[in-house]
Amino acid sequence: MPGSPSEPHEPSEPYEPSEPYESAAPYEPSEPYDLAVIGAGPAGLAGAVTACELGLSVAVLDAAPQTGGQYFRHPAPGLGAARPQALHHDWSEFTALRGRFEASGVTHLPHHHVWTVRPPDGDGIWTVHALTGPDAHGGTPARVRARTILLATGAYERQLPFPGWTLPGVIGAGGAQAMLKSGLVLPGRRIVVAGSGPLLLAVASSLAAAGARVPAVVEASGYLGYARRPYALAAGPHKLLEAAVHGSALLRHRTPLRTRSAVTEAHGTDRVEAVTVSRLDRAWRPVPGTGRRIACDALAVGHGLVPQTELATGLGCATRRTPDGTHALALDALQESSVPGLWAAGETGGTGGWDLARTEGELAGIAVAARLRGLPALTRSRRARALARRRDRLRAFADVMAAAHAPGPGWTAWLPDDTDVCRCEEVTAGSIRGAAGALGARDARTVKLLTRAGMGWCQGRMCGAAVACLAAEGGRGGGRGDGAGGGAEGGTAQGTVPPSAERRPLAVPVPLGALADLPEESGRPGPPTDGPTADG
Amino acid sequence: MARDRNPADLVGADPGPPFEITFDGSAVTALPGQSVAAALWGAGILAWRTTRNGGRPRGAFCGIGQCYDCLATVNGEPNRRACLVPARPGDTVTTQEGHGHAGLAV
Repeated sequence: MPGSPSEPHEPSEPYEPSEPYESAAPYEPSEPYDLAVIGAGPAGLAGAVTACELGLSVAVLDAAPQTGGQYFRHPAPGLGAARPQALHHDWSEFTALRGRFEASGVTHLPHHHVWTVRPPDGDGIWTVHALTGPDAHGGTPARVRARTILLATGAYERQLPFPGWTLPGVIGAGGAQAMLKSGLVLPGRRIVVAGSGPLLLAVASSLAAAGARVPAVVEASGYLGYARRPYALAAGPHKLLEAAVHGSALLRHRTPLRTRSAVTEAHGTDRVEAVTVSRLDRAWRPVPGTGRRIACDALAVGHGLVPQTELATGLGCATRRTPDGTHALALDALQESSVPGLWAAGETGGTGGWDLARTEGELAGIAVAARLRGLPALTRSRRARALARRRDRLRAFADVMAAAHAPGPGWTAWLPDDTDVCRCEEVTAGSIRGAAGALGARDARTVKLLTRAGMGWCQGRMCGAAVACLAAEGGRGGGRGDGAGGGAEGGTAQGTVPPSAERRPLAVPVPLGALADLPEESGRPGPPTDGPTADG
Repeated sequence: MARDRNPADLVGADPGPPFEITFDGSAVTALPGQSVAAALWGAGILAWRTTRNGGRPRGAFCGIGQCYDCLATVNGEPNRRACLVPARPGDTVTTQEGHGHAGLAV
């Protein structure tokens, strides 16, 4: 459809917006953008600003109403927060980046939930499809065309289920922080923080600063893993400083940190009233007889972050296994994926924090400009080389952190057969073990077909890691705390969680009417992924 | 350390005038800029959906729009992600029961 890029589709009858919301920015310019950035967190903002300052036309699509992504999520203007920095490290650096972004002339498309990216169809132009609105419900479908793509889609939290994890009051650790940062609310007054990873310390200190009592931070790993890699540790002083700040905040709030321990059960009927914390052995198997009950009215739990890669894997982008068992995009030295024309930055290429994200974003912005403007020398500039060195240093530190917090293979021993693993479809661990045992399923996809685990609204984002572990165990392990079959031989090599299937042709639920409304492109009907580079 | 601290004081919030929404018929006070989920949490409400098989209560879980556990019926429309939908004066929020497929009719 030459000459009419990025126009909104005419909404069909049943999908009229049900309520007014700030509608999308005008779809200008009428020519395709040089670069479409997906995600307005630190990586996306840095990439967009950099590319724009190097002369490219850039659009940034993001699901949220405000820039900042998850890390710099902050209250809406209506809440009138005079000191948002009280909930953030490095707030002034973010506002500086945001200031550059707002002054840059980049087109910001908030409330755009991208559900698929289609590769160029001989014309060298990518198409980004989005649903609009605060929750993509009833909003106008939109599409944005661009010569290149920068994926900065971030990550979501990994969950490892335990009895009671579906009770109200049990929430993601990152979720508790997100609700606090954006809505200035807490889920309770006495909140246990549990799981694994450096995020837990940040969450606990935020919750405590906001007035919650945090009776314990429960970390499944030790912190010894860091000490084994002193070289990489020395390279990450900023991270250490951050940890020290959180640590001292926790001390001030008299919050004990329990390492090598896990919440192995949440108690309550209609909401959480207490948790059981058990000691873990080195494989994360609960040690019998060590359970101790802690009263609380909320539990914030999470086991690290999972890179959000489905838009890229749908295009056939290569992935790599991270040291903590997730899948991230495999990127070259200049942040380009294995699919030419598609770059990525930030957590999409592996969890590493905001400083790494903005570094990668800036480097990607330079690389895109170098490609489109035919100026390869840009990528050999002093600035680009310094960014690459910084990226490598921060990435090395991130890998040490990921390895230190990688889930052990024994965790499934705390998961009894009657616990729901798939929250959406209410599929129990026993059903999944049955599919993996008697029925021979060995991967999350087969389990899904047999049990519906991962088939619900969230498309396996919450249960994927757990389902993959149970499938890999082949149905062994009764999960009665005896550890039978949950040993090292039952998990995968290196004691890490096997990857879940991150194949989601549609990254967000899309009404069939919105698909039917898609204009035909070059004789092809609309998505999903039948593009030439898709391998599945 | 005082225990009467709260998130609004921490960030020096000076919000616009509060307004009312209802949840299952009861009044709930919301602040401008809060999501439906945040307004409900602010009122001590953690569950606003029941699952279709077990009838179990659910509310916000991931807090960032990924898990779809916080689906609520807002102004008669099911399957709204309460953690993303901004609260607006007069909103009627009701517990979403069962499959919520009414909104999926094509």
